[in-house]
Amino acid sequence: MPEIYSKYPMVKYLRKEALPTALCPGCGGGTVLNAFANAIDQLKIDPRDIVVVSGIGCSAWIASPYFLADTLHTTHGRAIAFATGVKVGLPNKYVVVISGDGDLASIGGNHLLHAARRNVDITVILVNNFIYGMTGGQVAPTTPFGAITTTTPYRNIEHPLKIAETVAAAGASYVARWTTAHVYQLIESIKKALTTKGFSLVEVISQCPVQFGRRNKMKEPAEMLRWFLKNSIPINKAKNMSEEELEGKFVIGEFVNRRRPEFVEELNKLIRDVQSSLVR
Amino acid sequence: MIIRGDEPEQIELLRKLYKPGNYFMMGDEAVAYGAIFAGCRFYAGYPITPSSEIAETMARELPKVGGYYLQMEDEIASIAAMIGASWTGLKAMTATSGPGFSLMQENIGYAVMTETPIVIVDVQRSGPSTGQATKGAQGDFFQARWGTHGDHPIVAVSPVSVEDAFWETIRAFNIAERLRTPVVVLFDGILAHTREQIRIPDPEEVEIVYRKLPQNEEEAKLPFGDPHGDGVPPMPLFGHGYFTHVTGSTHKENGLRDVYTQEVHDRLVRRIHRKIEKNKHVYEKYEEYYTDDAEILVVSWGVSARPSLGAVLRARKEGIKVGLFVPKTVHPFPGDRIRELGRNVRAILVPEMNLGQMILEVQRFVNDDVLLKGINKIGGIPLTVEEILKEIRGVV
Repeated sequence: MPEIYSKYPMVKYLRKEALPTALCPGCGGGTVLNAFANAIDQLKIDPRDIVVVSGIGCSAWIASPYFLADTLHTTHGRAIAFATGVKVGLPNKYVVVISGDGDLASIGGNHLLHAARRNVDITVILVNNFIYGMTGGQVAPTTPFGAITTTTPYRNIEHPLKIAETVAAAGASYVARWTTAHVYQLIESIKKALTTKGFSLVEVISQCPVQFGRRNKMKEPAEMLRWFLKNSIPINKAKNMSEEELEGKFVIGEFVNRRRPEFVEELNKLIRDVQSSLVR
Repeated sequence: MIIRGDEPEQIELLRKLYKPGNYFMMGDEAVAYGAIFAGCRFYAGYPITPSSEIAETMARELPKVGGYYLQMEDEIASIAAMIGASWTGLKAMTATSGPGFSLMQENIGYAVMTETPIVIVDVQRSGPSTGQATKGAQGDFFQARWGTHGDHPIVAVSPVSVEDAFWETIRAFNIAERLRTPVVVLFDGILAHTREQIRIPDPEEVEIVYRKLPQNEEEAKLPFGDPHGDGVPPMPLFGHGYFTHVTGSTHKENGLRDVYTQEVHDRLVRRIHRKIEKNKHVYEKYEEYYTDDAEILVVSWGVSARPSLGAVLRARKEGIKVGLFVPKTVHPFPGDRIRELGRNVRAILVPEMNLGQMILEVQRFVNDDVLLKGINKIGGIPLTVEEILKEIRGVV
């Protein structure tokens, strides 16, 4: 283990006593953690000013416990609700949620929508690997139509949820989607998400060769990355494409980047207004 | 590190906003004012009858004292947000009723496991399911105790009047802070909507407790240790550079997960139990009336305690040697005292607005030669003095 401390500069952001990670070889989680650490490094954010909240599942482990900050590893699906309480208590800190598609968009879907609607200033990095990895590769609300999983052994007959599009429609200030094959764009988007005042979501399409790829003719991590690259369509190009043409494709890029009144700021403004009206 | 609501100017502010004196108010409002006096500065909730007036009062009053009111998308989000807020140093409360309380159960367990001080008010209504939404009941006695999964201790208090609701809410916060644990207030729909006179005290009369914070870097590095031997670890708050890791999974003293080692789980869960067992003096509270020479004992809690007292007073006038025992902290149940009292009486009556819940706790502590009888009424109408008196006469 010691050699990694001289070899990888980003390792200074990791909780040494929690290493090595529990992630499988070839997992996209490492790329996400690396991209997040690089974003923090480039923005020169002190990790003492970050609180990372996560739910349950493989992707929930990416930053909690491995990222060296205050970390809150919560119940399944509820990370964003916990993070809302943290942000109210610590309005001047960066509150980040890193968790998976099953956690944030399935059981936690309601919290995701309402945090976006309220426009709470938290940054959500949603790792979408199309599958429930930790529980053994069951179908998720993001599993592609027709894919094979342990609970869809014949084929998936449900349609996947378009997370980034949905959260953008719910009212988030910043929404982007990239894949683990677009690392530099991903880092830039995480930086933008962190510095955006308001709710921001970065959806990362990520490979799970062990639970998803293996059952869908992409056993090797590199095969999955090639699949991402081949099927990624930049958002500007996608605008001129029909729904049929976009079937099974990954629309990547920035979906929204806008300013709206932010929840915690408005809450504190309201308190100041009420208190000053009492003085009079 | 700070616990908000602790600032000296708060006393002056409270005194100015809520002039000491007598007020006429609802039980739900008394809970809300009790919370504000206890230092609660964060409320997250979801409306549900008959608890909604607590939320409405908090929404109106909290901003005046610099506190935060959040109406979340559901009860699960509400308790989650409270736990997040508590780790930043805010005293947090939510209020709900039966169905909402059921939804909160998983995160009550999370608060137990992560030793997060929060207060959950359950304004009990009739069930199961939607039941009678606007009516009161006492059917959540065991949901409070055993609603969440796993081996866990829980502290639950239960007020008997509107004024008592004010003080018991304050006591719930003090217990939560002292023991770093979630505390349930088992209130009910009848008292919640009853209007009575209550005295709002001067804020200086109210004893307020704040959680133990780490004294040094070393203590902060062990957020789940036991440096003082009382089972209660100091709580390193988020945002102070301690890099604290908090998880509902089995964890070591430093907070890091270890879900494989039997000994680690055993040590953690037993300490969480021991912290409650060892600190009985912090939470145990009951009231006794005429128990010295009683041959018959009435044991009653919450909304049923007052008609019980009425019946005991009437029976005493008739020369019946009957006493009353009212547990104000219902979990952990004051079994030792019940055992003592049970030795000297021949009959115990347990009036409650359910089909027999607390009576099972009483049963655990009394011998078979004591006649044990429940007085049970359901359907949303409280027990009357006459109904209880009739049963007392019946066992004479």
